[in-house]
Amino acid sequence: MIINKPPLSSPDDVGSGMPHPPRFQSGIRRRELMLTTATTLLFSTNSVLAGIVQGSLPWEQNAGAPPTEVRPGPWTYFTAEEGAAVEALVDRLIPADPQTPGGKDAGCAVFIDRQLAGSYGTAEGLYMRGPFAEGTPQQGDQSPLSPAARYRQALAALDKYCRATYAGKSFTQIPDNEKDKLLSGLEKGQVHLEGANGRAFFELLLQNTREGFFADPVYGGNRNMVGWKMIGYPGARYDYRDWVERHNERYPLPPVGISGRPEWVRKAD
Amino acid sequence: MARKLPATDVVIVGLGWTGSILAHELAGSGLNIVAIERGPWRDTATDFPPAYAQDELRYHIRHDLFLRPAQLTMTVRNGVNETALPMRSWGSFMPPNGVGGGGVHWNAETWRFLPSDFQMKTHLTERYGEKFLPADMTIQDWGVTYDELEPCYDRFEYLCGTSGKAGNIKGQIQAGGNPFEGARAREYPTPPQKQPYGPTLFAQAAKEMGYKPFPQPSGNLSQAYTNPLGVTLGPCTYCGFCEWFGCGNYSKASPQTTILPALVRQPNFEARTQCEVLKINLDNSGKRATGVTYVDTSGNEWEQPADLVLLCAFQLFNVHLLLISGIGKPYDPRANEGMIGRNYSYQVTSSVDAFFDNKIFNPFIASGAIGMCIDEFNGDNFDHGPHGFVGGGYMGAVQTNGRPLQTTRTPKGTPQWGLEWKEAVAKNYLTSYEAVTHGGCCSYRDAYCDLDPTYTDRFGRKLMRITFDFHENELKMSQYLTDRLAEVVQKMGPRQFEKRPRSGPYDSTVYQTTHTCGGAIMGTDPKSSALNRYLQSWDVSNLFVLGATAFPQNAGYNPTDTVGALAYWTADAITSQYLKNPGPLVHI
Repeated sequence: MIINKPPLSSPDDVGSGMPHPPRFQSGIRRRELMLTTATTLLFSTNSVLAGIVQGSLPWEQNAGAPPTEVRPGPWTYFTAEEGAAVEALVDRLIPADPQTPGGKDAGCAVFIDRQLAGSYGTAEGLYMRGPFAEGTPQQGDQSPLSPAARYRQALAALDKYCRATYAGKSFTQIPDNEKDKLLSGLEKGQVHLEGANGRAFFELLLQNTREGFFADPVYGGNRNMVGWKMIGYPGARYDYRDWVERHNERYPLPPVGISGRPEWVRKAD
Repeated sequence: MARKLPATDVVIVGLGWTGSILAHELAGSGLNIVAIERGPWRDTATDFPPAYAQDELRYHIRHDLFLRPAQLTMTVRNGVNETALPMRSWGSFMPPNGVGGGGVHWNAETWRFLPSDFQMKTHLTERYGEKFLPADMTIQDWGVTYDELEPCYDRFEYLCGTSGKAGNIKGQIQAGGNPFEGARAREYPTPPQKQPYGPTLFAQAAKEMGYKPFPQPSGNLSQAYTNPLGVTLGPCTYCGFCEWFGCGNYSKASPQTTILPALVRQPNFEARTQCEVLKINLDNSGKRATGVTYVDTSGNEWEQPADLVLLCAFQLFNVHLLLISGIGKPYDPRANEGMIGRNYSYQVTSSVDAFFDNKIFNPFIASGAIGMCIDEFNGDNFDHGPHGFVGGGYMGAVQTNGRPLQTTRTPKGTPQWGLEWKEAVAKNYLTSYEAVTHGGCCSYRDAYCDLDPTYTDRFGRKLMRITFDFHENELKMSQYLTDRLAEVVQKMGPRQFEKRPRSGPYDSTVYQTTHTCGGAIMGTDPKSSALNRYLQSWDVSNLFVLGATAFPQNAGYNPTDTVGALAYWTADAITSQYLKNPGPLVHI
């Protein structure tokens, strides 16, 4: 047992087997370990290659991964028809009222479009190995489809349902009270779409719409922080030490997002 | 074929709390230490700076700091007769990944277990008789006492700088602290955090009812603190981004803010990141570990020989690696044989939602571990005789966050969408409050882990299968605790309140806690435990298994303080006993 030995007397006197001044040896090991031929990573999100840390903290300036700001513009995942349908859907899930815009003007559809075009839409990181089987509700979602594929499938099925039910009209063309009835039917599992699970799609859409309404505006939704203003949430502020013990008082400052506030951004682009 | 690397003295699997503590404690002995971590290196300035750490979507909803299920997941089922299916995305618990492990994204609630928790079986049997316990309940004593662990709790709390108020110093009850806690040697390192409105109201109501409320011990610090390793933490700013998030202020105790800056300067320590251990290797006798085999990001396999193997991964992955490596005998619930996978347990939480007319709580002014709690209904602090269950939990007003995707409460019956939902959210966000109970979970013959017969990971290894459901004892306990909590909440004066006791079946899709426990438990006898009282494997004496893996059952507290204390307990056993005479530390 080489483990049974006296405490270190010199930096060279570490470990077993090989003579090794630590730094030099670390260099050799690093080269030996990093003999890589593969260029693709297993997980592209925030991935770095295997590495060795020794001697000091491996800190590098500006090595972080800030979010990429979503810019307004054409749909990146949806087709024009899909985008219009999703705008109409999110505007019924979160309708406009005199104080606060609805889901469409809050940017929820843009948010969902950009999310579906990215790693969320492709189910990157989820366990997607088979076999796929229906389980109990407690065992969770077992669908083999990515969120992006589910939207495509369900939106097509919804369009087909609407045109068959409402004299050839699409979801965007039917009156609001009919839209709400249809959504309610999907929520309760009473409306069945052909080739898609209507209830599961409703739940996914509602979850994503709320995300678009309340997530940081950097992701394209919650435009002008309307969701946060509606409830009185100050957003990405990071220091409330002065306010912890001010009980039962409304916090006075307006919200800020990760990329600041609209008032701070230059007016002309 | 794995390429063989030069031997090292100690190999550590996983560089979270326990791996960091063990590495630092053993580095002083001069041993050459290699820590192998599956995830990336993480530090505050790079990975969660206050420029963008406060991103609910990225970290809470999209799980940015956690393990990806595609890397490794587990299968779940409620009972032995069901077919287990994989957790394709995370739900009831959040497996950590990367340097710092769960210490990066915990709430930092830093509780000691009660003295009686460590002798639960003996204590309850003596007080209520053996017949009081259900026949299929498999609770056990830990093989270590609170008094033995007290110096280790003290070391972990002084490492972290924990903010709190002692309730019992050397047997003297202290006003304002938890009078039920075991005796501690000294006061907390830093005073309690400031309390927002909700916890203050809760404490007033509890006090009026004759309870003894006290501030929850917090690893989010009330003031700057320099720990015994010379590492300084900053004061918490009550930003409300603790659990699921890394702290951008250096004010939450984590390996990053307490140990790693000191550890990496040790010349005999080296960490290998983004390297996943595939198995622990054994010699031909099966009784001695020869090291580990791991794979790097290029898919190259490496064999790292070592004299001492410390398994310091998250609880679930410790058990998985033991099963995959063929260490010990897998548990079989039908035969009631085998120790690996036995006594898997969890945590039983519940809540009371309250809606007020004229109070503003500012829920976003929060830290993961502020709050006012009472402990009258934890452990065996009350007579269970009339109630027909054992165990308990702390309860209180714990203001962890006001993040709008997680915390927009609406009264029961409110539609989930449309104008009515929108109005209810706007009306209740600032004026509603959630109080919680945090209950223990006993272990049972049919709650366990083994290898799944069908599903595999990306390396072809079998996934671990979790078979778990809540039992009547825990559901009764949750109902009782929630009823007591609701009485206090009612006294706070809400317009309406709703009790949400835990109900069965166990649902793997709904977040509860990441306090999964057991699977390779500690004890006094290899016939009823996988590890001895020093967390040393009975089967392989040069292998120690750290973390909540060793808990025979879970107590009514968050586990990290006890996990940290056990890490110091094991480190002491290795440095003061094992290194002088390597071999089994307990002889039967």
